[in-house]
Amino acid sequence: MFAAALALLIALPFLAKAFGSPASIGLATRILIYTIAAASLNLALGYGGMVSFGHAAFFGLGAYVTGILYHHFISGDPLFGVITGSNALLVTMPAAILVTGVMAALIGALSLRTTGVQFIMITLAFAQMLFFFFAALKIYGGDDGLIIRRRNTLFDLNMRDDTTFYFLCLGLTLVVFFLKARIVGSRFGRVLEGIRQNERRMQIFGLSPYAYKLAAFTISGMGAGLAGALMANYLRFVSPDMLHWTKSGELMIMVILGGVGTLFGPLFGAGALVLLETLLAGWTEHWQIVLGPILLAIVLFRSDARALLAKAFGRGS
Amino acid sequence: MLEIAGLEAGYGPNPVLFGVDLAIGEGEFGTLLGRNGMGKTTTIRALMGLITPRGGSIRFRGEAIAGLPPEKIARRGIGLVPEGRMVFPTLTVRENLVATSANRLGLKPEWSLERIHALFPRLKERENQFARTLSGGEQQMLAIGRALMTNPRLLILDEATEGLAPVIRDEIWTCLAGLKREGLSILVIDKNLATLKRLADRHVVIEKGRTLWRGDAEALAREEARVHAAIGL
Repeated sequence: MFAAALALLIALPFLAKAFGSPASIGLATRILIYTIAAASLNLALGYGGMVSFGHAAFFGLGAYVTGILYHHFISGDPLFGVITGSNALLVTMPAAILVTGVMAALIGALSLRTTGVQFIMITLAFAQMLFFFFAALKIYGGDDGLIIRRRNTLFDLNMRDDTTFYFLCLGLTLVVFFLKARIVGSRFGRVLEGIRQNERRMQIFGLSPYAYKLAAFTISGMGAGLAGALMANYLRFVSPDMLHWTKSGELMIMVILGGVGTLFGPLFGAGALVLLETLLAGWTEHWQIVLGPILLAIVLFRSDARALLAKAFGRGS
Repeated sequence: MLEIAGLEAGYGPNPVLFGVDLAIGEGEFGTLLGRNGMGKTTTIRALMGLITPRGGSIRFRGEAIAGLPPEKIARRGIGLVPEGRMVFPTLTVRENLVATSANRLGLKPEWSLERIHALFPRLKERENQFARTLSGGEQQMLAIGRALMTNPRLLILDEATEGLAPVIRDEIWTCLAGLKREGLSILVIDKNLATLKRLADRHVVIEKGRTLWRGDAEALAREEARVHAAIGL
C-alpha cells in the first residue's frame, strides 16, 4: 500500500505533464504541505489526546518567519538591528521550525495546565492572539500580508520549477513520516499513548504526563511550522489568514478524515479535503454548504472521530 | 518503611476514612483486610496521592508523602498493582512492561524483561500480543510485572486475585512468596485469609474507615475468629 502510494506520488508530476494537467502538480504540492501539518497535529491530537484548536498559529508563524526573513533580505535592514534576512531555505526553514518550537513550548506550557474544552479554547485563544498580532503588524503588510517574490534558494536547484518544489515537499513529507514513526514507536510514543488512555494511571508509575505532553505538543508545533514555511514558499505569499482559526479547523478535519492516531492517515485526509474543496469550489461558489454535511456524516459514522469529540468535551476516557 | 497514622480521606463532601493506622517494615509482607466498602481501596488511593488526605500522616522511609502528586510518590519507590489490573489495552505486553520501566533509586538487582519473563513465562509467550487480548490472569501477571519494572521498594497489590481461577491465584501467591524471600516489602489488599496468614507478617483490618484490628501473624492465629468476623468470612 505504502509502496504503491509512494510510486504514484513519484510518478505524479510526470503523469500530470503527460496528461496536459501541470496545475495538478501545484495541487499535489498543497496536499503534501497540508499532510505535514496534519501529521504534526495528529501527533498531539491522535497520539497524545490533545485536541488543539490552535495549530494554525504554528503553521502561520512558520510562514511568517520565512516571509519576514525574506523581507529583511530584500530590504537589507537587519531584523531588530542584528538578524540579517535570508532567502536560503537552509536558513529560513530551520529558523521557522525553531521559532515555532519555542512558541509551541510557551503556548503548550500554559495550555496544558487545562484539559477538555478549556484546552481547546485556550489554544484557540492563543492562535487568535497571534492572528490579530500579525494582522496589526503594518511593517509586514498587516491584513494584506507579505509577498515573497522568489522562493527560497536551495543549492543550485531551480526552485521556481513546480516539479522541483514538489519533490522537495515530497522528500520532506517522507522525512516527517519517518520521524513520526520513530517517535510513535519509541518508549516516548508508547508513554504518550498510555497518557492518552489514562493520565492518572501513568502517574502511579512515576511519570509526569505534563512533561511528555508538552514535548509532544512542541514537536507537533515544529512540524506545523515546517509546513507553514513550505506553504509560504509555495504561495510566495504570507498573510494572517494562515493563522486564522478556520485553518486550525481544516487541519483537524484532515486528521479526522484520514484517521485519528494513524501514521499515514493525514496524507489521505489532506488529499481528501483539498480535492473535495477544489472539486466543490469548481462546481459552486457555495461549496462549503456541500462540504459541511459530508464532514458531519463522516464524524457521525467514524468511531475514532466520535471518541475524539467525546474526549474533547469530557464524555470519554 | 511505611507508616500511616490517623489517615482521613474521602470523595467530595463524603468522608470515607476516619482514622486508618497501618505500618509495614523493611522486607515485610503486610495485608489490609476488610469487607467491601470499608475503605481499603480509598486508603491506597490516598497513599498513592490519587486523592488528597484530609487528615493524619503518611510517611515512607521517614519522609512525609501525604498530599504529594502521584508521580512523586511513585518515584520514592512505591509500585502499585491497581484494582482491576488497568493494563494499557492498545499496547503490547512488552510495551506495557517497558513504557513505564525505571530504576530511579538504582536498586540492585534491577528488574528487567528477562527477570519478569522468568517470573511469569507466559508473558514471554505473549510478548507481542496487545494487552487487551490477554486473559484476566495474564493481565494480572502483566500488571504485577509492570509494577516490578519500576523497581519499587514497596509493592502494593489491590485485590490482585479478585475474579481469577484458583490455579492462577496460586501462581500469583507463589510469585509473591518468592518476592518476599528476595526482600521486597509487600502490601496486599485481599480477602484470601487462608493464604495470607501463611505469607504475611502483619495484618490490618479496617471497618467503616477506621483500623479495627492490627497485629502480626501470631496475633492473627490467636484472634482469627475475630478477624474472620470483621472481614465477613
